[in-house]
Amino acid sequence: MSKRKIDDVDTTNESSSKENTLGSEVTPSVIEQETKYFVELVKGDGSSDKVGGTLEVDAHFELKQLNELLNSEHFLNNDQQLPYSFFVNDVEIKDNIRDTLMKSIQDQLTPQAAKKLKQKEKGLNFVSTQDAPLRITFFPQALFRVRPVTRCTASLPGHSEAILSVSFSPDGTSVASGSGDATVRLWDLNTEMPQHTLQGHTHWVLCVQWSPDGKKVASGGKDNIVKVWWASNGKKTGKALKGHKKWVTGLAWEPFHADSSCRRLASCSKDETIRIWDVSLSKCEFTLSGHSKGVTSVKWGGDGTIYSCAQDLTVRLWNVDSKSCTKILHGHAHWVNHMTMSTEYILRKGAFDHECVPLEDDKLEERRVEAKARYDDVLGKNPVRLVTCSDDHTLILWEPAVSDKPIARMTGHQGIVNHVLFSPDGRMVASASFDKSIKVWDARNGKFMMTLRGHVGPVYQVSWSGDSRLLVSGSKDSTAKVWDLSNGRLMCDLPGHYDEVFSVDWSPDGQRVGSGGKDRVLKIWRQ
Amino acid sequence: MPQNEHIEQHQRRHGHKPDHWEVQRKKEARVHKNRSKMAQKLFGLKAKLYNKKRYTEKVQMKKTMKMHEQKNTEEKNDDAIPGGAVPVYLLDREGMSRAKILSNTIKQKRKEKAGKWAVPVPKVKALTEDQMFTIVRSGKRKKKVWKRMINKVSFVGENFTRKPPKYERFIRPMALRFKKAHVTHPELKATFQLPIIGVKKNPQSHMYTTLGVITKGSVIEVNVSDLGLVTPTGKVVWGKYAQVTNNPELDGCINAVLLV
Repeated sequence: MSKRKIDDVDTTNESSSKENTLGSEVTPSVIEQETKYFVELVKGDGSSDKVGGTLEVDAHFELKQLNELLNSEHFLNNDQQLPYSFFVNDVEIKDNIRDTLMKSIQDQLTPQAAKKLKQKEKGLNFVSTQDAPLRITFFPQALFRVRPVTRCTASLPGHSEAILSVSFSPDGTSVASGSGDATVRLWDLNTEMPQHTLQGHTHWVLCVQWSPDGKKVASGGKDNIVKVWWASNGKKTGKALKGHKKWVTGLAWEPFHADSSCRRLASCSKDETIRIWDVSLSKCEFTLSGHSKGVTSVKWGGDGTIYSCAQDLTVRLWNVDSKSCTKILHGHAHWVNHMTMSTEYILRKGAFDHECVPLEDDKLEERRVEAKARYDDVLGKNPVRLVTCSDDHTLILWEPAVSDKPIARMTGHQGIVNHVLFSPDGRMVASASFDKSIKVWDARNGKFMMTLRGHVGPVYQVSWSGDSRLLVSGSKDSTAKVWDLSNGRLMCDLPGHYDEVFSVDWSPDGQRVGSGGKDRVLKIWRQ
Repeated sequence: MPQNEHIEQHQRRHGHKPDHWEVQRKKEARVHKNRSKMAQKLFGLKAKLYNKKRYTEKVQMKKTMKMHEQKNTEEKNDDAIPGGAVPVYLLDREGMSRAKILSNTIKQKRKEKAGKWAVPVPKVKALTEDQMFTIVRSGKRKKKVWKRMINKVSFVGENFTRKPPKYERFIRPMALRFKKAHVTHPELKATFQLPIIGVKKNPQSHMYTTLGVITKGSVIEVNVSDLGLVTPTGKVVWGKYAQVTNNPELDGCINAVLLV
């Protein structure tokens, strides 16, 4: 640390303008020769604020040292050592600065350009990082670490037909499973025993969704009905919510920070409409119609916007207050299958943080404010981002608040993309495809990061662990697999299902993974 | 108005007699008596014709009754929840690739355990040697009779090399060699043309098994890698047994049922 020299002159304005020229002026050989760099550390939350001053560091400065430096009193002045990840030119620093910088430059160069540069280099004297400080972007990592699940602790029989959806409660104390035998079952996770059987549907239960306060469960069925149940005793909260003309394809609760009583629920259906229900009155508040084919997914954003995607190739934004469609996003060439938003994980967890403290009725308002703070923290200064996946084998990254044009189109899959999910920290997106692979994309610019191969059948669903370091996937080949995102390898295989795995979910507290499928058994996996 | 329709005209104008419907009902109730009287009285050709007419009438009546019965049972089934539940993301994709889907359901598993040796064709007719072989005479004077030509369909592996023709005891004619079979998956009710890997068992004789002769009831191994079958651990299955259900030498093709 003795090499550190804090520069007193603030160069924020200068450096931001020079950022783009950096790549073109620096050549591999010069960088290799340099032993010291001027660097500055920049926040990665979209604001691009510079932290601390510019300083000179050794070229072999390592990730661990960078982390210490950032935590020190000259920069963030943290009490504890918090983990961060660092990026140079959008390439993550895994060992030391120089190697990463070399790699990033080599990645940018095409073979021809590299050749030309080599010839040029001989006669020229290059400008190096001493003129424009090297920008290192940093992102906070999750403070906790989720340990990978490796073994099956419980195979819970009970359903008499295939399990179609599995969902953990936001506080991680119980799990709900919807099945083809027209029941929803709640399972207690501490004892790994059945808790309640919720009977009332007359056809398959297609989707199950916990309210963000963890007190209610909504279920939508092929009988066109939405039902809401109390999680504590398994009773219905009111009458069945009837109104859809075809089966219910998705459910979304109003975010906890907008309404702590969790009264409103949105449901989308094959009948081309989205209905907003008042759960406590058991009636439909209003209907949003505009899609011209079945709606495949609905999400309730944190700012009072409802997002929906449908088989009519469009994504629509609706304003809840004015009850009207505010934007239509065109871009896909075939059915839009699924959609995810960058704040999805935090909205799902609602009233609970990673410690999952039980919610008490008299502290609702307090918890609401906390939830709002957490939401704002995750969102940062970025607008909400959407990623949609489609039958045309592509994904599209949108920033609907800024523009109705796509930011990036993510191509590479060779089959229908069935499921897509933002990582909890909102920096990555995982997509599951029928071409037997999972791909991970950078959520900031839509760049391809890695492919996870190993399944021998179409991959149906994926789910992230809370720290964004692990991923679990369920496939038609009757296995679930856990993937390590730091190196893109298979971490462990979870065999045991006798048939297709339709749904997987990682509990918000990170302890368990639940999987259910055609063999009618709900399996709980633990570390 | 036609001249002979004055009764109908009268009825239109003045209506029926007060007891008309009562009389009709009673008349109808007596019909069966008249019919039976008739049936007893008639003989000869007239009886024959009459009985035939009654027979067809009765058949028709039974058919209509049965039709109505079926309708009733269907209504009952409406309340039951249909099986084969699929998640919402597969609902619109039904039938797209389901024909190719082969998966090991629990039911299938149990069946496998319970009746491993239950096969679709449990008994085969024994074939005699002269149905199986034609004697080929050889030697200069055609007096040697140890050569045999197989009359049935056979499977000859890829790497088979012939012995010198002079010493070849069993001749498997080229025209009766097969490489592929039409294999039906019994639960999917779908048929696939699959390459044969080998003959597992010919029930007629061990010798035919080693010769690769395929007759009705033979168990053959087929390559199912196209179907995408997987084991519970997620490995792809590629070889599975199937039993031949037809007489391939008569039909010119091999039809088989997959043993699951």
